[in-house]
Amino acid sequence: MSPGNLIPTSRRIRAALLPLLALATLAGCARTPEPARYFAEGKPARLSDWHLVEARGGRLVPNADVVPYDLATPLFSDYAHKFRTVWMPEGTTAKYEPEGPFDFPVGTVLTKTFYYPLAAGEGHGTKAVARTYDVARDFSAGGTHEALDLARVRLIETRVLVRRDHGWDAIPYVWNAAQTEAELARTGDAIPLELVDEQGQREAFTYVVPNENQCAGCHVANVKAKQIEPLGPKARHLNRDYDYADGRRNQLAHWSAKGYLAGLPARDLPRDADWHDASQPLEARARAYLDVNCSQCHSPTGPANTTALDLRGGATDLRRLGLCKPPVAAGRGTGDRLLDIVPGRPDESILLYRMVSDEPGVMMPEMGRNTTHREGVELIRAWIAAMPGNCDA
Amino acid sequence: MRKSALAALCALAAGCSQSPPPPPTDAEAAFEKKLQEQFLDAKPGDVIEIPAGTHSLQRVLTLRADGVTIRGAGADKSILSFKKQVSGPEGILVYANDFTIEHLAIEDSKGDGLKINDGTNITIRDVRVEWTAGPSKDNGAYGIYPVKCRNVLIEDSSSFGARDAGIYVGQSQDIVVRRNRAERNVAGIEIENSVRADVYENTATGNTGGILVFNMPDLSQHGEHTRVFKNKVVANNLGNFGAKGTAVASVPAGSGVIVTSNPRVEIFDNDIADNRTANVIIASYFITNFADKKPTEGYDPYPKAIHIYGNRFSGGGDSPDGLDWKALKVSMFGLGGHFPDVLWDGFVDVKALVDGQYPAGQRICVRNGDAEVLNVDGPNGFKNPKVGKQEFDCELPPLAPVELKEKA
Repeated sequence: MSPGNLIPTSRRIRAALLPLLALATLAGCARTPEPARYFAEGKPARLSDWHLVEARGGRLVPNADVVPYDLATPLFSDYAHKFRTVWMPEGTTAKYEPEGPFDFPVGTVLTKTFYYPLAAGEGHGTKAVARTYDVARDFSAGGTHEALDLARVRLIETRVLVRRDHGWDAIPYVWNAAQTEAELARTGDAIPLELVDEQGQREAFTYVVPNENQCAGCHVANVKAKQIEPLGPKARHLNRDYDYADGRRNQLAHWSAKGYLAGLPARDLPRDADWHDASQPLEARARAYLDVNCSQCHSPTGPANTTALDLRGGATDLRRLGLCKPPVAAGRGTGDRLLDIVPGRPDESILLYRMVSDEPGVMMPEMGRNTTHREGVELIRAWIAAMPGNCDA
Repeated sequence: MRKSALAALCALAAGCSQSPPPPPTDAEAAFEKKLQEQFLDAKPGDVIEIPAGTHSLQRVLTLRADGVTIRGAGADKSILSFKKQVSGPEGILVYANDFTIEHLAIEDSKGDGLKINDGTNITIRDVRVEWTAGPSKDNGAYGIYPVKCRNVLIEDSSSFGARDAGIYVGQSQDIVVRRNRAERNVAGIEIENSVRADVYENTATGNTGGILVFNMPDLSQHGEHTRVFKNKVVANNLGNFGAKGTAVASVPAGSGVIVTSNPRVEIFDNDIADNRTANVIIASYFITNFADKKPTEGYDPYPKAIHIYGNRFSGGGDSPDGLDWKALKVSMFGLGGHFPDVLWDGFVDVKALVDGQYPAGQRICVRNGDAEVLNVDGPNGFKNPKVGKQEFDCELPPLAPVELKEKA
């Protein structure tokens, strides 16, 4: 199938102008990147086959019409930084949804590149990576967040989510040591790394790249429907500013202007708290954190609905949120504590115990991390500590 | 000593990491990659063969395709070992219908051994799940664990060392559990919040509790209609090593068959012996040691329509678990005496009473030779326990056998 004739004018013109622009500004450059490509089936062997994000000239660069984005509160993944992009075939657009993921057209391709800034004083070729929240140094010069500087970061993996006729497929790629290409890694990978913080403290861990079935462990958010869905691109997560090449602006507005999002309401857009922004209310930050890190399984339709725990941001039933609720299938995950959340008593709450642990069989989430998210633990600790009431009744 | 002190420190300190397990050998990694690909590529009708030998794996095997069979060369020949597991936490995790797994073993998974979530037509045959170090606080919760499934057959299988239940069927319906062996688990076999289960010709021995039929609050469905018959439930006297907070942590060592808060349970033709707290315990949610004081609305915490007859009881009740029970036993039956075969916590749903007792169809009926029932008087703080027989002498209509529908 070929892209239809429904190309929004702005993108059509830009696409037509691009080769000219490239010639004008990159005189002497050997090649112009091929346009991003949708594969209606199969699993291309290399990430570069998609022409979505490519390692070129010491940078990881999104291709034309491939838009980087960010989330207000991201999933914790062993302190990895993430570079996310969205691309849709010309003439197609996603439909706005207030709650769930947007209704993306067939041909949409999302990428998420997991990487670490290099640890201070360490180059490529070691296990050491930085434990930091600072992303300012990750990007190539200019102050925008359009391209990663490969001299400063270690690329680990890029996950591709592609919307096909039958639904979404998840395809994992793992970067080579030279950072020139990422190869298909259907069975995942296990990479020994060492987190180094600003004081030089080191923590060794195994970074686990999920296999395709494990991708579905989080991305099948409805255990009956069994369909893979994107988790990040929801209105409440995207409703924030991003530093684009041509300036800083709201992501939803940008998607809409670009023709990637139809039906964006003019006002009253949902907005997640930024879990890491201490100026925002504790309750909102904690609920946003649990929503993003837990609710893909712990919802009434998720695979962990066997436990009756509902950690969605919008959940209102306090017992289902874990307050004074006995565990169901926690096994040693209880840590000998009796209830999921005991108000005012984080150290008696199973939920916190499972967040502190980094041991399979105890820790939550069950996968996606092999280290403890210290700052996430502190947030949830503070949230439980501030809760009024008790479980005595 | 040194190691346990370190472990204790780790338990206290947030973010204290265990050292990663040793990496796989090249041969192990190659085997795992190939097996993982088979799981990813599986299509309806496929058989994934597990060759004989012990195969070390680093991560959970997840299956999402319907109509697949996983087949080994025997439960003592084809062994999947998860000692080096870094990601899981289950050994095998299945989200699929028309699934069969047979003739293999799953050892030392960090979490549950075999978990099957939301499937119809599930057959588990000659599968062994084992934590090889024996009962330990480091063991996973459930050995064989179908949950939210329909048409479940578990036969000729075994589970050893689960920190919760060896064979655990949760929130499912139409279930047959037969000819299995459960040993050295906290609970041997447990049917929880499930509808229509036949549990027969199993052996449960050396667990904390042998066979449990439980209903818990909050969950997607309430269980009823379980038949427990022709089993050997012998000497389940293992000290409880369950994690506090779990339902099974309240199970006293020395429990044969326990029914908690579950209606319509028929227990007959079993050999139940030498369970040193009691051969049979009938309990309400109130006797469990949950900190939770407010079970949710719509949940019935009382066991009703419990029918016990024709079992062969011997021994048991002579050394109950816990000081309170020991004291009660000594005061009522003497140092050398023993509890009767059936122990009942005595909690009654007063709203359901008609003329002071349950209607005929809801009673606890024990018509089992000489077997007596000790009502421990839980509602009054165990002040006036008494032994009864006559008041439990009744019958209930037999429950229909479970018929598993033919596979599509």
